[in-house]
Amino acid sequence: MLSKIKSLGLMGIDGCIVLVETDISKGLPSFDMVGLGDTAVKESKERVRAAIKNADLDFPIKRITINLAPADKKKEGSAFDLPIALGILAATEQVNIKDIENYGFLGELSLDGEIKPVKGILPMVISARENGLKSIILPLENADEAAVVNGLNILPAGSIKDVVNHLNGLKKINKYSVDIDNIFRNNISYDVDFSDVKGQETVKRALEVAASGAHNCVMIGSPGCGKTMIARRLPTILPSMTFEEALEVTKIHSIAGTLATNTSLITQRPFRAPHHTISNVSLVGGGRHPKPGEISLAHYGVLFLDELPEFNRSALEVLRQPLEDGVVTISRINATLTYPARTTLICAANPCKCGNYLDHSKECTCTPKQIGQYLSKLSGPLLDRIDLHIEVSSIQYKDLDSKKEEEKSSDVRERVNRTRKIQQERYKGMNIYSNAELSPAMIKKYCKLDVQCKNILENAFERLGLSARAHGRILKVARTIADMEECQDIKTHHLLEAIQYRSLDRKIWSGQ
Amino acid sequence: MVDNKQYWVWLSSLPGIGAVKSKALLNHFEDPYNIWNAKENELNKLPFLTSKDVGNLINIKIKESAKIHLDNIFKNNIKILTINDELYPYYLKNIYDPPSVLYVKGDIRINDKYIAVVGSRKATSYGLSMAHTISCELSRYGITVVSGMARGIDSYAHKGILSVGGRTIAVLGCGLDIVYPNENKKLMDSIIENGACVSEYLPGIAPLANNFPARNRIISGISLGVIVIEAGERSGSLITANFALDQGREVFALPGNVCSINSTGTNRLIKEGAKMVTGIEDILEEINISFSNENMENFFTGSFANDKLFKDLDKEEIKIASCLKTEPLHIDNISKKTGFSIQLVSSVLIMLELKGIVEQLPGKIYKLKY
Ligand SMILES: Nc1ncnc2c1ncn2[C@@H]1O[C@H](COP(=O)(O)OP(=O)(O)OP(=O)(O)O)[C@@H](O)[C@H]1O
Ligand SMILES: [Mg+2]
Ligand SMILES: [Zn+2]
Repeated sequence: MLSKIKSLGLMGIDGCIVLVETDISKGLPSFDMVGLGDTAVKESKERVRAAIKNADLDFPIKRITINLAPADKKKEGSAFDLPIALGILAATEQVNIKDIENYGFLGELSLDGEIKPVKGILPMVISARENGLKSIILPLENADEAAVVNGLNILPAGSIKDVVNHLNGLKKINKYSVDIDNIFRNNISYDVDFSDVKGQETVKRALEVAASGAHNCVMIGSPGCGKTMIARRLPTILPSMTFEEALEVTKIHSIAGTLATNTSLITQRPFRAPHHTISNVSLVGGGRHPKPGEISLAHYGVLFLDELPEFNRSALEVLRQPLEDGVVTISRINATLTYPARTTLICAANPCKCGNYLDHSKECTCTPKQIGQYLSKLSGPLLDRIDLHIEVSSIQYKDLDSKKEEEKSSDVRERVNRTRKIQQERYKGMNIYSNAELSPAMIKKYCKLDVQCKNILENAFERLGLSARAHGRILKVARTIADMEECQDIKTHHLLEAIQYRSLDRKIWSGQ
Repeated sequence: MVDNKQYWVWLSSLPGIGAVKSKALLNHFEDPYNIWNAKENELNKLPFLTSKDVGNLINIKIKESAKIHLDNIFKNNIKILTINDELYPYYLKNIYDPPSVLYVKGDIRINDKYIAVVGSRKATSYGLSMAHTISCELSRYGITVVSGMARGIDSYAHKGILSVGGRTIAVLGCGLDIVYPNENKKLMDSIIENGACVSEYLPGIAPLANNFPARNRIISGISLGVIVIEAGERSGSLITANFALDQGREVFALPGNVCSINSTGTNRLIKEGAKMVTGIEDILEEINISFSNENMENFFTGSFANDKLFKDLDKEEIKIASCLKTEPLHIDNISKKTGFSIQLVSSVLIMLELKGIVEQLPGKIYKLKY
């Protein structure tokens, strides 16, 4: 007997249909599996055998051949346990259902027949819908995640017995659904808020500029001055996520297995803060079993690199291309994977080796030469991707203790939303969404300066000793500041403020 | 047209017409030229003039000699600063009896803030070394030290600030063509080079004992505060301290050995409420307080608006530059002080940098550049 059961696999962050073909014939008992499965797939045999037996079903003592089609694509993980088991049960007519081709199956089996959760549910379920499946049977614990997708029945099952009973019409599994709108509305708040940060008006302004134009930034400040605290709050002033963005972010986290159980949808912009000892692969993704890296996990959110000078130079090197392109491309032997990676980068660095240079209450033990050298280490690959340089000083105790009401994230976010909308309108159909993404040709077109501004910029380069690379970045940031004021043209005060954010290009830091 | 300076010189040369009467005359006639041309019967109507004063005012000989004075002034490289000049020190202008004319050798700057360091001519080595040290310290805060170029404390106060390249002003009790005391010739040149010697007396006027108390009111009047380093029981610097109190200036005194006769005056000042100085912070503390009060703010914006350095600046630029006058500030504090938004302050500061007026230090601290 032959049976065909549909399941799903992953290609990058997208799902694809995998057909599980089971042939059972007379002959010496055997159990073979073909079709480019990895170790987890091969081990599936043992779990399936035990699960079927322990669920009081019959495991045929015959010659069993399983093919996972298409055979040229690599299959990974344990999600094929359930479809393989179902294939055997269907081929031996232990389940009887006419429209089995409308079903998809996903799930790992434990030896006693229970169904265990798997990674990557969301993209797989989306793919199931796109391929016209009407129902999908999957692990209970993945139900919330899957239920985000509508247009097909989500049938969560606890054990293989439940599945058999359902298919044979003995005991139907209830369709599972969640109220997406409700989840979306209720989960959008963050547990940290911009108003937690006291004082630091200039830093906050700079961050609002960064959020408004999706600009990358670097913060320089002594230990404890609040860099981490401030960076952590950047996601809260980024525009609220759209449903599509949330879906995409959830897909990535679903694949990476970083999604908490019983989470339907990630509705908050992610904040990722990898330690400086992180490997290049973990940072950008890839590896033998390809997984999205930190930069993709920070997709549509914030990637925070604390203690930037401590990072390996090669790690910063590999970040370069993804930051430019917004995707990570990983080449495999027979396929190329891409993971999205559109993130706002925020880095932090001490002002000097001992860290106390800007802290007036502590003594800096570095020589002027060392101070000059320390930050010059930053220059190069990454600094060229950074639009805003922000200097953070420790605030005084009286400010920390102040009762003054600081502005809430939601208020800032409202302004940021407005500014982003202006950019989206302007760049419609151009495949970019924000000023930070402007190409040199686009800068020429959208960041025009009048004579007065041109003079100021020329003057600034001359008098402030700005380096040439600052030019385009100043224009982009000036564009954002003008947009924040809903101003069509870049005015002198927009340009001047933009120049303010290039302190690392200047001689201020070369020690005195 | 006759040079209008000639009328000012004439006014300051009139015997019996001191600062108070000449202020009253200027109030009435507005300009020395009008006083010069005033009719006798008109002058007679003024209650504050005696008949002798009127006689002097219409005296042709005195009028004629004004021209000679003027020549003499120019010959000696002396500048004339009238009370109507922008450069005339603001604080001095507002005392009860400001000189209507100041004679200046050297260079008076509108942005300078003055603190007087004074004391006895006969001083101990403690007093001399403290005068020197405190002046050095004051220069680090951009303060110009004012003193009287007398022997002892005064000389050391000037020398101290000159040794670190600071600015200093000597207020003299004689004409600027006279070096008094004689041994201070080199010091005087150096003061003129790095500040100014000023006097309300015409060239040729000798250092008469009577001139010195009047001179002292200028020392305190021009300053934000007066520091008395060492003073005996009847030291002239106690007169300066008294003027300072009358003029509403801060009075500081350095505590001394209670057995030393050179410190009885200063110790008594402290007992009577002068601020005791044991370190530079004691001075800055008081001065900063008066800097932040409203008067002072007006003083700065007012004077900045007239300053050549700030000629091409707009209102916001002046306000921001002004609040950097007292000390370098973090950008957040500039925004707080001026009430301007961060984005406005950001852009104005870069503009001021481009204009060469302020300088940015690491950590977004800004300071005036001059
Ligand atoms: N502006 C501020 N408002 C409120 N709290 C602050 C502020 N700045 C610092 N803090 C407090 O100081 C703590 C230390 O800040 P944080 O860890 O963010 O500093 P950091 O600059 O990242 O230091 P490091 O260089 O050591 O990593 C914060 O958790 C917070 O409690
Ligand atoms: Mg930190
Ligand atoms: Zn250091």
